[in-house]
Amino acid sequence: MTMLPEPSAIKLGLVIDLDICVGCQACVVNCKEWNTSGYGAPLSDSDAYGEAPNGAWLNRVHAFEAGDGAAARTVHFPKSCLHCEDAPCVTVCPTGASFKRAEDGIVLVNEDWCIGCGLCAWSCPYGAREMDPVEQVMKKCTLCVDRIYNENLVEEDRVPACVRTCPTNARHFGDLGDPTSEVSLMVAARGGVDLMPEQETRPVNKYLPPRPRRDAEDAPMSLVAMAEAETPTGFWKWIDSSLDKLG
Amino acid sequence: MRPAWSIIFFTSISGLGLGLAGWIVLGLVPLMSAFQIAVVGIFTLVPIGAGLISSTFHLGHPERAWRALSQWRSSWLSREGVLAGLVMAGLAGWFAAGYFARPVPIWANLALLVLIYATVYATAMIYASLKTVARWHHPLTPICYLMFAAAGGLLAVLAVIVALGQTVSPALAQAGIVLLISAWGVKVAWWRLAGTASSNASIESATGLYDIGKVRPLMPPHTSENYLQHEMGFVVARRHADKLRAIAVGLGGLLPVLLIIVAPTSIIGLGAAVLAHIAGVFVERWLFFAEAKHTVMLYYGDGSQV
Repeated sequence: MTMLPEPSAIKLGLVIDLDICVGCQACVVNCKEWNTSGYGAPLSDSDAYGEAPNGAWLNRVHAFEAGDGAAARTVHFPKSCLHCEDAPCVTVCPTGASFKRAEDGIVLVNEDWCIGCGLCAWSCPYGAREMDPVEQVMKKCTLCVDRIYNENLVEEDRVPACVRTCPTNARHFGDLGDPTSEVSLMVAARGGVDLMPEQETRPVNKYLPPRPRRDAEDAPMSLVAMAEAETPTGFWKWIDSSLDKLG
Repeated sequence: MRPAWSIIFFTSISGLGLGLAGWIVLGLVPLMSAFQIAVVGIFTLVPIGAGLISSTFHLGHPERAWRALSQWRSSWLSREGVLAGLVMAGLAGWFAAGYFARPVPIWANLALLVLIYATVYATAMIYASLKTVARWHHPLTPICYLMFAAAGGLLAVLAVIVALGQTVSPALAQAGIVLLISAWGVKVAWWRLAGTASSNASIESATGLYDIGKVRPLMPPHTSENYLQHEMGFVVARRHADKLRAIAVGLGGLLPVLLIIVAPTSIIGLGAAVLAHIAGVFVERWLFFAEAKHTVMLYYGDGSQV
């Protein structure tokens, strides 16, 4: 059913901290690994070792430069499905394969119904959907729906693969519908933002912008000056004064 | 956006067939015998059907295409499928009634006419409803599709009348000329208005980094072209857009108008006019896709008119 459900009370999603991400691509690799071996058809590649390798990935990490001069900085930018409240990819689907779960807001594709028309990928402003080059069905982030509710896994593994693998703790998973959840508090404290709010998709996933840079005055004093203190003490004070006496 | 040939073929050929059908159910083609009804029926239904079938060629799983009829409550693509099916069934019934000399009530003709233009409208709305492609997301987009169906259909009506050995009334020929000029007039307006529209999104809003300042791409997330760039980063047509627009107007508009004026009684002249019109609309449709840019290209650093 591709009508959007009534907004759910529980809104599962990710919070991505752009201040912390170092662009190591571990989340990209673990996402591919988990999703090629679990839910639905394998997440395939074509010509993987050839001249024009091509493949479906559910999570990609871009890198951007922002600002100018001393304020300029490098920002690593992971991008996957934002599980939008007003997901255009759901309503354009002609078959009912693309749907948003009423219970937790996760946007999924029923691969047995997908005709591979690609219209959902055209309707997504973020490029979150990629056609599987072998299976010819649309692939997207499932928020690791086969991990987060999986009682066969130990408790700490019941989070999306990208979150579990992130070595810098830049990715967080939780209920953004609950204002008291850890992720919601983080978004409130750090001023988490929606991507492309102009497109009116109301994403559930939020991005925490990099923390403001410290001003030059607040920066630590010169390291050379720190190493060569002006007034030596103890043994060095005695050497200093003895050498002074030598003229 | 990547121009899929099957989609270009479908939207232009089915559009013409639907336009022709619209004028036929209004009684613009005097059908004298069961034989004529059968021949005209085939010439009307074949392009619509061929376009519909070709539109399934770009699907990953054409064998599941029937599922696309289920989501008409939210999806314009689904609505188009349902409406096209109803039109095909309705037209088959209309021609069958004529063949067996059964009268068709006026309300049925009008209902069929509404369904025909609703189908063309649904096709256009598949694209016009996408906020991600600023050029398509414009009120003139469906008007262009409707006008081309009406104008191409009336041009085909002229050719069919002459092919049936009758003469085209001057009023009908003039109406054909007026419709062709109006359709291309709307298209030129679309190029001016919708064709220069760009989204209000930017690389800064796409990354949420507006507080830091100007954002530039530093490293792409992959080393070779991926699905997104293949689908949404098509560039070839933009280089020659002006020339291609002139070719589209010349073939699809000026040449048919000229042929209606100089050869209103010649099947060769009017047949050529229909073929030229189809070729012009093909180029127009190709540009419609190839010139369109998608917001996802912001992430790849192509911010020009996304």
